[in-house]
Amino acid sequence: MLDPALDTFPKLALRNAQRLPGKVAIREKDLGIWQSYRWSEYVEQARLIALGLAALGFARGDKTAIVGDNRPRLYWAMLATQALGGVPVPLYQDSIEKEMQYIVDHAEARFAVVEDQEQVDKLLHVRGQCPGLEYIIYDDPRGMRHYRDTCLLSLDDLQERGRKFARENPDYVDQEVGKGVADDLAVILYTSGTTGQPKGAMLSHRNLIVTAQNAIVHEGLTSSEEVLAYLPMAWAGDHMFSYAQSLVGGFTTNCPESAATVLHDLREIGPTYFFAPPRIWENILTTVMIRIEDASWIKRRMVHAFLAVARRAEARRLAHQRVGVVDRLLYALGRILVYGPLRDNLGMGRIRIAYTAGEAISPELLGFYRSLGVNVKQVYGMTESSALISIQKDGDVKLDTVGTPLPGVEVRIAESGEVMYRGPGVFLGYHKNQEATAETLEGGWVHSGDAGLLDRDGHLKIIDRAKDLGRLADGTIFPPKYLENKLKFSPYLREAVCVGGGRPFVAALINIDLGSVGNWAERRGIAYTSYTDLAQKPEVYELIRQEVARVNRSLRDEGPLAGAQIRRFLLLHKELDPDDQEITRTRKVRRGFIGQKYAALIDALYSGADHVKVEAQVTYEDGRTGTVRAEVRIREAEAFAAEMAR
Amino acid sequence: MRPATTNALLEVDGVGVRFGAVQALDQVSLSVRRGEIIAIIGPNGAGKTTLLNVISGFYHPSEGHIRFEGRDRTDLAPYDVAALGIARTFQNVALFKGMSVLDNIMTGRLLKMKGSFLLDALYWGPAKAQELEHRAFVERIIDFLEIQAIRKTPAGRLPYGLQKRVELARALAAEPTLLLLDEPMAGMNVEEKEDMCRFILDVNREFGTTIALIEHDMSVVMDISDHVAALDYGRKIADGTPDEVRGDQAVIDAYLGVSHV
Repeated sequence: MLDPALDTFPKLALRNAQRLPGKVAIREKDLGIWQSYRWSEYVEQARLIALGLAALGFARGDKTAIVGDNRPRLYWAMLATQALGGVPVPLYQDSIEKEMQYIVDHAEARFAVVEDQEQVDKLLHVRGQCPGLEYIIYDDPRGMRHYRDTCLLSLDDLQERGRKFARENPDYVDQEVGKGVADDLAVILYTSGTTGQPKGAMLSHRNLIVTAQNAIVHEGLTSSEEVLAYLPMAWAGDHMFSYAQSLVGGFTTNCPESAATVLHDLREIGPTYFFAPPRIWENILTTVMIRIEDASWIKRRMVHAFLAVARRAEARRLAHQRVGVVDRLLYALGRILVYGPLRDNLGMGRIRIAYTAGEAISPELLGFYRSLGVNVKQVYGMTESSALISIQKDGDVKLDTVGTPLPGVEVRIAESGEVMYRGPGVFLGYHKNQEATAETLEGGWVHSGDAGLLDRDGHLKIIDRAKDLGRLADGTIFPPKYLENKLKFSPYLREAVCVGGGRPFVAALINIDLGSVGNWAERRGIAYTSYTDLAQKPEVYELIRQEVARVNRSLRDEGPLAGAQIRRFLLLHKELDPDDQEITRTRKVRRGFIGQKYAALIDALYSGADHVKVEAQVTYEDGRTGTVRAEVRIREAEAFAAEMAR
Repeated sequence: MRPATTNALLEVDGVGVRFGAVQALDQVSLSVRRGEIIAIIGPNGAGKTTLLNVISGFYHPSEGHIRFEGRDRTDLAPYDVAALGIARTFQNVALFKGMSVLDNIMTGRLLKMKGSFLLDALYWGPAKAQELEHRAFVERIIDFLEIQAIRKTPAGRLPYGLQKRVELARALAAEPTLLLLDEPMAGMNVEEKEDMCRFILDVNREFGTTIALIEHDMSVVMDISDHVAALDYGRKIADGTPDEVRGDQAVIDAYLGVSHV
């Protein structure tokens, strides 16, 4: 069903350069100014990189590790690798050396194209353990002047070699592109993995192109979309939205100036198609709310009044009910006075479609943006499915589900409660890991690892990780992640870990959000010196106790989950950190590791003690370790009796 | 008189400074080589900042000479010293609090601007081209010091560590040959210090700027400097490589204190 003339990404890029030569393909903010590159330039730049790689002896099937922030040149390096029949392997740019060494070695990367000195340094340190790595090519020459390693090469030099190579072999790249077919391996994306070593999911051109195409049709995307590429290139979502869909749909990808300027750049670009994980939606909301609270009282009152109108109207729209005449008039007024300016201020004025995925999002948060008129929808997917499985359809959005399967994708729930799926995006297997492939892929169906259910209208609802679904000592169902997400819907909580498997009741280890609790403390004149200090303030404990009680109250009404209310909790003395391996780089809790590391704290939660002394190892970014000592309090939480069936 | 070494960028020769009855600097001689990072250390009141002030022309020495790039410039005013290619930052951050970071850094370019009042006022022709050229240079510094996110933020609203970085940016905007940093890391946390160290080293390597800095954190001093000079009671008590100075008995005594009986 794929046109053989357009069945790989390099072929699609050539088509774009031919059909839309003058259209902007990618933008990058550099030295404070947005630099645009048209499709013709996109292809030309990638061609020079490909020629340079060919001059270095790149062979079909070779792997290129790609490391750095979202930069046009790194996307071009990806395309260049594919043009030569090679496989790009993007890595998380904040990986520590050990993680980088594992992936570069495991993927057998011969080439690495990296952003800057920081990444070069990391690779040079581990090169001894990566025998296959021959060339490290860097984009930004800053600080590289005194490097003398023969394996190092700047991208400019590489392209220069490419120019020379082209004089002898003018048609080399076109010939190589012509050899590519749909079922060639397009990319290996290493999943961060909540347990053990990362696994490299292999995706073919067909996987990605068909999935991208299906979603484009399903969502009605056009070549005039603008998307912001700011999430790690190693992550399947960015690969789908900023690379695969951009090439298939011919739309524009925008690379922000730096990680710190994303919200500012968002406003300058005004994307029409936007993706953000829940924590970013949360951050934006928190920033807005703080700014609103700082405004004069008349503005504050006005904003709150109109936000209430918007919430009422949106609730009725979601329930497919008519919005009353008065509310409709007020909403129209609100659009002029509040919603429009607010959306514009956030850089969301032009958004037609926005997604959230990766973690559960609170219905309140989703409702907030939707009520402002920002069309945020939940999507569900994973690397193994080429990023997309289901999307909430326009006009059929339910706040607590992840929508219906994309065209061509089938979803069923296994007896164990696990979500299974199959479809055109299903990956080829894990690179050099047949055992894991066999565990995950079963007759074309993929074990998602998530526990979920399909509701009456065919909407998928995700409850928890399948393997994390636990039971208390008395047999009560205990879905830790579901509880944690409910907790994290509070602006004051950043991270939570619930324990209770085989125990008499559920208990929680909690990280407060330093920004919002700090602000809360400042407004009340509570002085603090550090995260550890703030987390152990009795006032903060009382604040969080109320948040836990809120969760318990809602659980009371959720049938079998009423028995999973949180009885005791503590506030951790340090923030969970990927450098300490407590959470993954995508901020997923590593439960087993935390169970071991904080065994003393967990025991104390069940011992009836009201405090516990701890000592913890922390790893700094440069790999050094240090020790944190603290005394951690433990508090009871208010629980609510389940109402008997009426 | 000491023979002038060929690669000395700055020579301080027998300099003395007296405030009333206080001898702030006493017969201090020091040679700063082109391209090096020199740290000036010493206990409080040892005369470190005074020495920096003498070099940058804020004070004029009552005796001795200062030679920069081989020319005597003992009695120049700060403005002229800056024009020679010496820029500095201050112990207490001295930014224009109400101005944006970008404008603050632009002020560092003032010496490079050749303006005509009329053209500037009209923002026309060469004035506009010049503004663009300077702005492009400033943007490179913003990129270099990774402060893109605060370009438009008023300097006074920034946390202390970032203000220090902006001050460094402003000094760099003057494209100095010699950069004087007065306690660039004072009041910073470990992470901010590490960042600042990296920036100082990068400036030195990337632009070849010679750097003289005052610093109290000995681990920082030992890590980044090629050359250390120690002062105590206005006199130079040690001068050499970091290892030499660290092992010097006079320096240890000055820091740990010995009874002056």
